[in-house]
Amino acid sequence: MWSMVQNAWYGLSLGSVLLLAAIGLAITFGVMGVINMAHGEMVMLGAYTTFVVQEVIRTNYPALFDYSLLIAVPLAFLVAGFIGVLIERTIIRFLYGRPLETLLATWGLSLVLQQAVRTAFGPTNREVGNPSWMSGAFELGQITITYNRLWILCFTLAVFAILLAMLRYTALGLEMRAVTQNRRMAASMGIATSRVDALTFGLGSGIAGIAGVALSQIDNVSPNLGQSYIIDSFMVVVFGGVGNLWGTLVGAFTLGIANKFLEPVAGAVLGKIAILVLIILFIQKRPRGLFALKGRAVEA
Amino acid sequence: MLTQLTHGIATMTRRRALAATAGLVLGLAASSPFAPAQAADDTIKVGILHSLSGTMAISETTLKDTILFLIDEQNKKGGVLGKKLEPVVVDPASNWPLFAEKARELITKDKVAVVFGCWTSVSRKSVLPVFKELNNILFYPVQYEGEESERNVFYTGAAPNQQAIPAVDYLMKEEKVKRWVLAGTDYVYPRTTNKILEAYLKSKGVAQDDIMINYTPFGHSDWQTIVADIKKFGSAGKKTAVVSTINGDANVPFYKELGNQGIKATDIPVVAFSVGEEELAGIDTKPLLGHLAAWNYFESIKTPANEKFIKEWQAYTKNPKRVTNDPMEAHYIGFNMWVKAVEKVKSTDPDKVIDALPGIEAPNLTGGVSKMLPNHHITKPVFIGEIKGNGQFDVVWKTPGLVAGDAWSKELEGSKDLIGDWVGKKCGNYNTKTNKCGGQGS
Repeated sequence: MWSMVQNAWYGLSLGSVLLLAAIGLAITFGVMGVINMAHGEMVMLGAYTTFVVQEVIRTNYPALFDYSLLIAVPLAFLVAGFIGVLIERTIIRFLYGRPLETLLATWGLSLVLQQAVRTAFGPTNREVGNPSWMSGAFELGQITITYNRLWILCFTLAVFAILLAMLRYTALGLEMRAVTQNRRMAASMGIATSRVDALTFGLGSGIAGIAGVALSQIDNVSPNLGQSYIIDSFMVVVFGGVGNLWGTLVGAFTLGIANKFLEPVAGAVLGKIAILVLIILFIQKRPRGLFALKGRAVEA
Repeated sequence: MLTQLTHGIATMTRRRALAATAGLVLGLAASSPFAPAQAADDTIKVGILHSLSGTMAISETTLKDTILFLIDEQNKKGGVLGKKLEPVVVDPASNWPLFAEKARELITKDKVAVVFGCWTSVSRKSVLPVFKELNNILFYPVQYEGEESERNVFYTGAAPNQQAIPAVDYLMKEEKVKRWVLAGTDYVYPRTTNKILEAYLKSKGVAQDDIMINYTPFGHSDWQTIVADIKKFGSAGKKTAVVSTINGDANVPFYKELGNQGIKATDIPVVAFSVGEEELAGIDTKPLLGHLAAWNYFESIKTPANEKFIKEWQAYTKNPKRVTNDPMEAHYIGFNMWVKAVEKVKSTDPDKVIDALPGIEAPNLTGGVSKMLPNHHITKPVFIGEIKGNGQFDVVWKTPGLVAGDAWSKELEGSKDLIGDWVGKKCGNYNTKTNKCGGQGS
C-alpha cells in the first residue's frame, strides 16, 4: 500500500518536472506551431541566470542567499524572454509555415547557444546551491518526501495557473488566442499579428527560462542541460495534444506516474523504453494526442 | 562516460558518416601527389584528439589543455631530439565516427608522430581501425573496462584491477561491508566493470542476495525510486556500500537525492569511479561530503612533483583555481614515456617507438615510478579518497605498492587465460592455456 503511495508521489514529482520543462514548449510549439528545437537552450539560459544571480549574491550579499531563487525567477524570465523575442524577430518570423526549415534553423540555433555558453562559462558544470528551505526531507507515513521536489511541484502548478489565467483574462492572452485561431481575421480586427507572434514566442521562452531556475536545483548546470529535456518536452506536448495546455498538464503527469510505476518492475532503462513504445502505439491510435483540438483551428 | 543524445545521433548518422569517410579517403588518395610539401622538418607534430564541443567537452577540454601545457614545458627544455614539438589540435565534437575521420586527418594530412586522445570507450573503438591501418600511436588516458590490448594503443588510465577491485577490497577489509549495490549507467564500461566485480565478490563468498545491480539511462536525473530502493536494501542490518559507475552528468542528482533522503556517508558510503576534482569543481559539494572515490591520483597528494605540476599548470592556464585530476596525470605519465622512448630510439618512427615503449619508466605525480608493461598498460598506485567540502579528497587508504594493469580481467571466464604481450609473444590476446594467439575475449 505505502509503496503504491510512494510510487504515486514519485510520479507526481517526475510529472511536475516534465510539465515544467514542457510548458514553454506548449506555447511555442503547441500554440504557435513552431518546432522549436532551441527550447531546451532557453531552459539552460534560465539555469545559468540562476548561477549568475547566486554568484553575485555570494560575493556581495551572502545573507540573501536563501532568496536567490526568488530573485532569479523574474530575471530568468526576462533573459530567456528577451532572447526568445530576438530569435523570433531575426529568424523564426521568416520561416512561418515552413516546418522543416524551422526545425533546422532552431536546431542550429540550439548548437550556437550551447557553444556560446560553453565559451562564456566554460564546458564544466557550474555550481548552483540549494537554499536551506529546499534541502532535506520529511516523513509522511512510510514515505520520504524531499522538500526540493515538493517545492518544484508547487512551483510548477503555480506557473501553470498563472499562464492559464494570463491567456484567459488578459488582453495579450486574448490577442494570442485570436491570432493562433484565425490569423487573417485577427489581423483585420486590427491586431498587430507580428507583434503578438514575437510576444508569444517571448512568453514561451521566458517560461522555459523560469523552468531552468527550478531545474538548476535538481540537475547539473552545464551547457548540455537543455538537451536532456528537449525530447521529453516534445513527448509531453505531443502526447497531451498539440495546442492544448490542459493536455500538456495531463500528459506530463500521466507519463511521470506511468514511468514511476514501471520503474520498480522493469528497471529504469526498460521502464523508459516501455514508455516510449507505449507513446508510439498511442500516437498510432490518436495522432493528435490525448486532447485533440477540434474545429477550424485544426485546419489552420 | 558519454551521454544519451550524442550517442543516439552518432548511431543515427554513422552510415552517412562512413560514406563521407570513404569519400574523404578517395579524395585524399587522389590529391596526394599535389599535397602541400611537408612542413619543415624542424618540428615534431603531436596530435591532440579530444572533444572541444558537444557533450564530452565537459571532460575532454581539460585534457587538450594538459597536452598543450606538457608540450610547452617540453619545448622550454629544448624539445625532443633537438626539435620543437608542435601541437595539432582537432575537435571531434563528441561524435564517434568523427573521431575516426579526425584521427585519419591527423595521421595522413598532418603527419603527426603520436596522438593523445579519446575519452569514451566507443570513441577509442572508433579510431582503433584507423590507428592499425595507418600504423600510428594513441595514448588513451582514461580509466576503462579493460578486455583490450592493441599494438598501436597505450593505456595510461586504470584497468578494472587498478581501480574497481582495490576499491572493493578496501570496503570489504576496512569498512567491513557485507552488502553491495553496484549502480551504473547503462553502457559498456559499467556493465563490464560490474560483471568483473560481481564475479570477484562471489569468489570472496558474498551471496547473490547481498548484491544488487542497477542500471540507469544516460543523464538520469530522477533518482527517487532507486535511492529509496538502496535505502531499503541497506536497512537489512548488514553494512552496505554503493559501488558507483554512474557517469558524470547523472552523479549530481544522485548525490543530491541521497542527501535529501537522509542517507549519510557513514550509513551507506558511495565509492565512485568517475567523480574527480574536475567534476566536483562545478557542484555544491554538501551532499557528497564523506563519500568516497577511487583513483590513481588526487590533487591533494603532497609530493614535490605534484606541487610543482599544480603550480605550473595553474600558471600556464592563468587560473589559480584550476584543478588537476586523474586523467591529466595519465597524460603526464604517457607524454613523458613517449618522450623517453623517442629519445631512446632517436626516432619518431611509430614502429621503433612502439617497440621501445614497453619497459620505459616515468615518474608519476604521487611519488612513484610508473612502468609501461608489455601489455601496453602501466603500473599505478591506487588511492581511496574521501570527499571534502572544498572539492578535494582526503586520502584514506592506498595500495602498498604500484599495481600492474591487467589488459584481460582475471575474474571473467572468457578472459582469465588471456594476456597481452607485445614484447615476447607479439600478441594482444595470447591464450596461456592453448598457447595460441587470438583467444576469445568476452
